[in-house]
Amino acid sequence: MEASPLVLVVAVLQAAVRSGTPILFVCIGEIYAERSGVLNVGLEGLMLVGAIAGFSVGYSVGNPVVGVIAAAIAGALFSLIHAYVTITLRADQIVSGLTLTILGTGISGFFGKPMIGQVGPGFDQIAIPGLSSIPILGQVLFRQDAMVYLSYLLVPIAWWVMYKTHLGLAIRSVGENPATADSLGVSVTKVRYGCVLFGGAMAGLGGAYLSLAYTTMWIEQMSGGRGWITLALVIFAAWNPARAMLGAYLFGGADALQLRVQAVGIEIPTYFLMMLPYVLTITILVLASRASMRRRIGAPAALGLPYAREER
Amino acid sequence: MTDDKIAVALRGITKRFPGVIANDSVDLELREGEIHTLLGENGAGKSTLMNVLTGIYRPDAGSISVFGRTVQLKTPKDAIDLGIGMVHQSFKLVPTHTVTENIVLGLGRGFSRVKLDEAQARVATLSKQYGVKVDPNALVWQLSIGEQQRVEILKILFRGAKILLLDEPTAVLTPQESEELFHTLRSMREQGHSIVFISHKLDEVMTISDRITVLRGGKNVGTVLVQDTNPQDLSHLMVGREIKFATFPKKESRGEQVLEVEGVDALNTRGLPALKGVTFSVAAGEILGLAGVAGNGQQELAQVITGLQRPTAGTVRVQGADMRGKRARHFIDAGVSYVPADRHGVATVGDMSLSHNSVLRRYREPKFGKGPLLNFNAAIGYARRLIKEFNISTPGHATPVRSLSGGNLQKVILAREMTTRHHLLVVMSATRGLDVGATEFVRKTLNDHRHQGGSIVLISEDLEELLSLSDRIAVIFHGEIMGIVDAETARIESLGLMMAGQRLSEVA
Repeated sequence: MEASPLVLVVAVLQAAVRSGTPILFVCIGEIYAERSGVLNVGLEGLMLVGAIAGFSVGYSVGNPVVGVIAAAIAGALFSLIHAYVTITLRADQIVSGLTLTILGTGISGFFGKPMIGQVGPGFDQIAIPGLSSIPILGQVLFRQDAMVYLSYLLVPIAWWVMYKTHLGLAIRSVGENPATADSLGVSVTKVRYGCVLFGGAMAGLGGAYLSLAYTTMWIEQMSGGRGWITLALVIFAAWNPARAMLGAYLFGGADALQLRVQAVGIEIPTYFLMMLPYVLTITILVLASRASMRRRIGAPAALGLPYAREER
Repeated sequence: MTDDKIAVALRGITKRFPGVIANDSVDLELREGEIHTLLGENGAGKSTLMNVLTGIYRPDAGSISVFGRTVQLKTPKDAIDLGIGMVHQSFKLVPTHTVTENIVLGLGRGFSRVKLDEAQARVATLSKQYGVKVDPNALVWQLSIGEQQRVEILKILFRGAKILLLDEPTAVLTPQESEELFHTLRSMREQGHSIVFISHKLDEVMTISDRITVLRGGKNVGTVLVQDTNPQDLSHLMVGREIKFATFPKKESRGEQVLEVEGVDALNTRGLPALKGVTFSVAAGEILGLAGVAGNGQQELAQVITGLQRPTAGTVRVQGADMRGKRARHFIDAGVSYVPADRHGVATVGDMSLSHNSVLRRYREPKFGKGPLLNFNAAIGYARRLIKEFNISTPGHATPVRSLSGGNLQKVILAREMTTRHHLLVVMSATRGLDVGATEFVRKTLNDHRHQGGSIVLISEDLEELLSLSDRIAVIFHGEIMGIVDAETARIESLGLMMAGQRLSEVA
């Protein structure tokens, strides 16, 4: 049976949104953390912790919403380690983040053992009345699950808070020049803790999407490198929550496309197809780092740097 | 004086840092509606005292009272709430934000919307009221240093501060910009503000102050009314002894051209033009001063003539040889030495010993090693000689240079760079942050170098230093040479105008 090309395109796009959504959550959280000056390369570990926490709580309660809330809390708590080590103790952010990934992989594997093979509760597709009947676009965007709709809400809110509120101004200033923010009475420590915990909660949500919506089961290391890809997408997004959406769906599209091509059975080795999203990531990074781009979209100037007031 | 006219009273403020007492039981009284200068050498404790008053440092002993009330300043916020605002020496601005965003930062809470329109209107009113000109919509990184300083002042006024502290505000300004600043300060005084002005430039201190407090070695050594004092007394108080501003005799005969720079263009790290058609030359036995406000291309020029950066156009010749496509190592071999402005970051490796740092320029020479192996004994012997010759005070040759004082570190760098005679020395901000003794030593060393037939490009923001040492002075503005004048006949006003962007033909 041969599907019409249009139906195929719509299906791929719909899958792109689904596939991009977990990354979108993680990306928004990491944008906030990095805007405040804290790089968290432990996203992979945080996603796994969120995925297993979300799945096991959702599974035992029988309610995916409770699972999602649990995942966000677990992500925030787990990222508290990173916040304490890098903000209070002023240790190296990369090392701490890497530790978080290793720890998260181990912990999720350990607690996930009894969950392997279980099928948990999940989010159903909800067609939004009216909007979903828009041709193509309605199919792609408005026949999705509740978490996708949550992400639609989150993006504009995250953008508005970042660029229009006092909190956002404080976050951006702390990441650019913490001494300045400090001298004006903004607590660098509080802002950074808040952003790192928010980033952790978002990474938890991203993980939960994988185990409660994208699939309804727990698979070891099911984040599959999405945490790492997010780090590249933050750069692509130029630390702007609105652009994160574009980046996440672009990656989601590559992912959806490779699965579809595999399914159709085109004779390209599957390994090459599976590489596609990652090749895309590297390409994006190269493009984003070109000198001409760098001038326009700089990283937060204090990214990666611990802040101590009384130093001379 | 009755108590209600005192804006700030500091009593017995003591602040220690590991190994130093920055403030030693300092008393200071700031009256309402006065401009009070805090005078002192680098390291006398002026900035520390002000940081105590703004809640950045917590004093180890002493009390602070503001408008008659004893207060505890635990954070900068406490100081702001009491109406105390400071313009720091290095500006506390976020370069990627707009002027208004910088001004309203920290004023609102949480998820409340930033009302930029209202803020802009208020900024405009304030700038009119005090005569501070700045575009509220501009991005801070696009502003000149003088304009950035105005943003800092507006930031403080916006918060309703009655007490303003300015830490060496004129150090980064042209003479004309300083005049404008003084105008603003006087207008603030008339409107009832109290101002602490930090400086070590005696002439401007005499111009702007009502009263002057001199700090030396962390102690208050006297507070005087401006009409009761003069520059000689002040310098005596400041240094603890008479200082004679040495004049350096120029060399009568100059030799051949050592450095010839022709039509050089170069880019800065952002990829924007930093040098435009720069042309000048330096002869043997000559010091060419390069004047200009920081950030006008001095850094790039220094890098181009030392081979650290390639020009995008034009030629650089060292002793007649075209250096096109040559790297820093070729410049070293051609006899070019470099004393950069950043002593810790560029000139030395902080954790490495004095002896290792002292051979960084010459380690390839046979006397310091054979093939891939270094001869550490030779390096140590060499370092010992330099320590003696340059009178470097250090526990020994194995001391990591990070722990040396600024003056001694600069001596190590000079000693390393002045190894061969008849060569070109590129010196940037050579005496910045050094005490009087070290400054004299550095200047004398540079003068000696000239009299031995060496050439120097002296890049500095200190006009007095340039006038006393240089044979000729070139002024750079926005990457262009505004003109080159004879130091003997140069007038400080015309140099100031050139530093602000007028060409020699326009000011002569």
